[in-house]
Amino acid sequence: MNLLRHARYVLSENPVTGLAFGLFAMFLVAALFGPLLAPYNPLQSNAAMALKPPSAAHWFGTDQLGRDIFSRVLVATRLDLTIAFASVILAFLLGALSGVAAGYFGGWTDRVVGRLADTIMAFPLFVLAMGIVAALGNKVINIVIATAIINFPLYARVARAEANVRREAGFVEAARLSGNGEARVVLGHVLPNIMPIMMVQMSLTMGYAILNAAGLSFIGLGVRPPDAEWGIMVAEGANFIQSGEWWIALFPGAALMLAVFCFNLLGDGLRDIIDPLKRT
Amino acid sequence: MTAVPALAVEDLSVEFRTRSGTVKVLEQVGFEVDKGETVALVGESGSGKSVTAFAVMGILDPAGKVTSGRAMFGGADLLALPERELAEQRGRELSMIFQNPRTALNPIRRVGRQIADVLVRHGGATRPDAPRAAVEMLKKVRIPDPERRVEAYPFELSGGMCQRIMIAIALACRPALLIADEPTTGLDVTTQAVIMDLIGELAHESGMATIFITHDLALAAEYCDRIVVMHAGHIVEAAPGRALFAEPRHPYSAKLLAATPGGTASLAELASIPGGLPDLRRSDLPACRYSGRCERRNDDCTRPLPRRSVGDRHIVACWNPL
Amino acid sequence: MSALLDIGGLAKRFDLGGKRLLHAVDEVSFTIGRGETVGLVGESGCGKSTLVRLINRLLDPTSGSIRLAGTDLAGLRARAFAGNPNRARIQMVFQDAGDSLNPRYSAADAIADPIRRLKRLSGADLRRRVEALADMTGLPRELLSRFPHQLSGGQKARVGIARAIAVEPELLILDEPTAALDVSVQVVILKLLQQLKRELGMSYLFVSHDLNVVRLLCDRVLVMYLGKIVEEGPAAEIFADPRHPYTRALVSAIPQAEPDKRVGRLRLSGEPRSPIDPDPTVCRFYGRCPRGEPRCAAEMPLLRSAGPARQVACHFATLDPPPSHGGGAPEGGGGGRR
Repeated sequence: MNLLRHARYVLSENPVTGLAFGLFAMFLVAALFGPLLAPYNPLQSNAAMALKPPSAAHWFGTDQLGRDIFSRVLVATRLDLTIAFASVILAFLLGALSGVAAGYFGGWTDRVVGRLADTIMAFPLFVLAMGIVAALGNKVINIVIATAIINFPLYARVARAEANVRREAGFVEAARLSGNGEARVVLGHVLPNIMPIMMVQMSLTMGYAILNAAGLSFIGLGVRPPDAEWGIMVAEGANFIQSGEWWIALFPGAALMLAVFCFNLLGDGLRDIIDPLKRT
Repeated sequence: MTAVPALAVEDLSVEFRTRSGTVKVLEQVGFEVDKGETVALVGESGSGKSVTAFAVMGILDPAGKVTSGRAMFGGADLLALPERELAEQRGRELSMIFQNPRTALNPIRRVGRQIADVLVRHGGATRPDAPRAAVEMLKKVRIPDPERRVEAYPFELSGGMCQRIMIAIALACRPALLIADEPTTGLDVTTQAVIMDLIGELAHESGMATIFITHDLALAAEYCDRIVVMHAGHIVEAAPGRALFAEPRHPYSAKLLAATPGGTASLAELASIPGGLPDLRRSDLPACRYSGRCERRNDDCTRPLPRRSVGDRHIVACWNPL
Repeated sequence: MSALLDIGGLAKRFDLGGKRLLHAVDEVSFTIGRGETVGLVGESGCGKSTLVRLINRLLDPTSGSIRLAGTDLAGLRARAFAGNPNRARIQMVFQDAGDSLNPRYSAADAIADPIRRLKRLSGADLRRRVEALADMTGLPRELLSRFPHQLSGGQKARVGIARAIAVEPELLILDEPTAALDVSVQVVILKLLQQLKRELGMSYLFVSHDLNVVRLLCDRVLVMYLGKIVEEGPAAEIFADPRHPYTRALVSAIPQAEPDKRVGRLRLSGEPRSPIDPDPTVCRFYGRCPRGEPRCAAEMPLLRSAGPARQVACHFATLDPPPSHGGGAPEGGGGGRR
């Protein structure tokens, strides 16, 4: 298929994108099969083995409760990625639909969506996320909602701009002549066209969503111990850095960094794949 | 003609490197433009007419490469000049105007400034003098109310006016050669006529040579002295406009004329050209790129193309001309 | 021949705020008969696009009537027209076929869309109909699964035409359908349009800049200027003997290879008057017209008969002799010297 051949071409021209895809595959495997692949039970504490540095038996060492950090980092992948994916998808649904409507219809729809986005952006976004989680309750689902809300303006804005451009396009007029009512034109004709750009947007903000989730957990909102999640693990590990047990914070931190890096590169790569295809 | 032509293109070949192979966009293109003469490069899309102009101006896409040929201008070969010297020539001696005037102008700079830029860079005007010189140029291209318009932004002006601004910029330094790439495509026919008249007058006044690129044969015939017909990167025929229309000698020129509305009374008399362009990526392209669709093809046509003179300044690249 | 389309006093004024109105279309009336091809010419900004959008009901008029075989469509809101049973009766072929095709829809999807929406066909019936349309428009069936960026200009044009005729419209509006095509492809597409018109019994409204093409295809021509129709008549006559000064300028501007066929040149200077709050007593062409008499600024000329089936909106239309022939010669009466 044309897309595959083009994808291969992009990957061959840009090895960094290939690296990103490779990393992404790795994370995906970790998320899907983490619990099966983990050498130890991530929740199992073992006081005798507490605070042991990395070794052959424990690749990433153990934490203050004797839990294997490698297993925890591996298993945390699922939680972190799920939170990130879920919030990105929710943000997309809310943002894309309202943005497209605002861009296509203009008028009051545009004003309302615009004011909503402006209001959200008036707050320092992380503080807003904190506030939302604090208000709604300390649960994982609320991290998803909070992250989605703070990402909403970005998606709405991109969707609105794209819809605005296409609103004058010939194919939109042709769709109306073909008997498509306005709702159908927006959903069936305009939206499919902005999907590629929105997908790139989604992968670009995935990195941010992961950081956001980790950040909230770091300060104690959202994920609770003993759940394995990179942010919490960094928070717990932070207490031990001064006393020399660097590995407790480092490995989850490295995983976080790698994940964000991977998604940023992925976004760029996706954009390269999607955009020029339309220009061929 | 014993006088040295303003521009003499010889054996120009250009290749483009693409994902799907090397495209031999131009092959051994050669033509001359005398001082004060207007020559039209006519062809359908894919004929290579714009690429020829870009190659001469030295503004080919980075994927394009001139593989052979010379473009003698003012005693020097433009294709061999280093970029710095070519940049000196461009704007001063050698100028170009493009198809979509509004997009060719800088949208965030007032038009007067854009004209002044060229005057200062190439025309030896000083910064303080330049605004007044810009107004003079606007008067020259007959823009009404020039003192006010000089402060306008491109989006405030109509397509026709933007094209006049482009002409003003191009002619500000009185170049010896102007290349106009489809300058009136997209303009109304009334505006087109005015713009073509304007270019003709200004060229006549200063003895400037003009290359005019278009797909509109009738436009070329009305406003140009000679027409050069291109097909798939080759020049197939070159003749004075009237001679080409009265007696086209290359089968492709004849077919092109037969497909152009304007001469015939009814649609039934128009005929499309059979076949399509050959794939220019092939390494086994025939010597004559039209032979694949030509009904007059014979065994001679595999030989390298000739350049036969068949009349006064009338040449045809065909073994079996009409 | 009863009229298929009857436009009566159609007007569209856009509110620019501050009580300023842009008169895009100003009291336009004309008819299109069954099986007729009527050409619409005029420069950019004359209101052609707005008029077209009023007729195909993508835009609501400010006033006037749009009767299609007796049914007045003007009163139906454009926003809701997509669901109206009359929607299929007027369709359009767009200028830029590439722009008018949804990049995410294959050729088959694009052609099927109106059939699905307006004729409620689906499944095998739909597939058969799409294939029949591809055959009718000379589009090879293998190309039906391709996307616009994989099709050539001529192929995209055929898809656009197939889509437009898919629901068997009575009136087909063609907005510069061959403007972006090479001359050879243009011939093929024009002949196709001619053939389809006969086979399917449609009427055409052909909007174009290219007067040579208009001359070939159209029975009658309407010349529009700044929102008004300034001349109307059989195509051959309009080109041989244009009466309105604007039409004369238009016809004389057509590039003509042979000098003896060149009609006396009439070059327009200056820019058109503003369509915003135009003075109703001043001729829209005043100021740009080579002839500018006091009467032109005091009384708006109305469309008046200037011969059988001919109408011109100019006080002096019947007075000027026909333009002289011969290369570059200034025309008699009225001026127009370069």
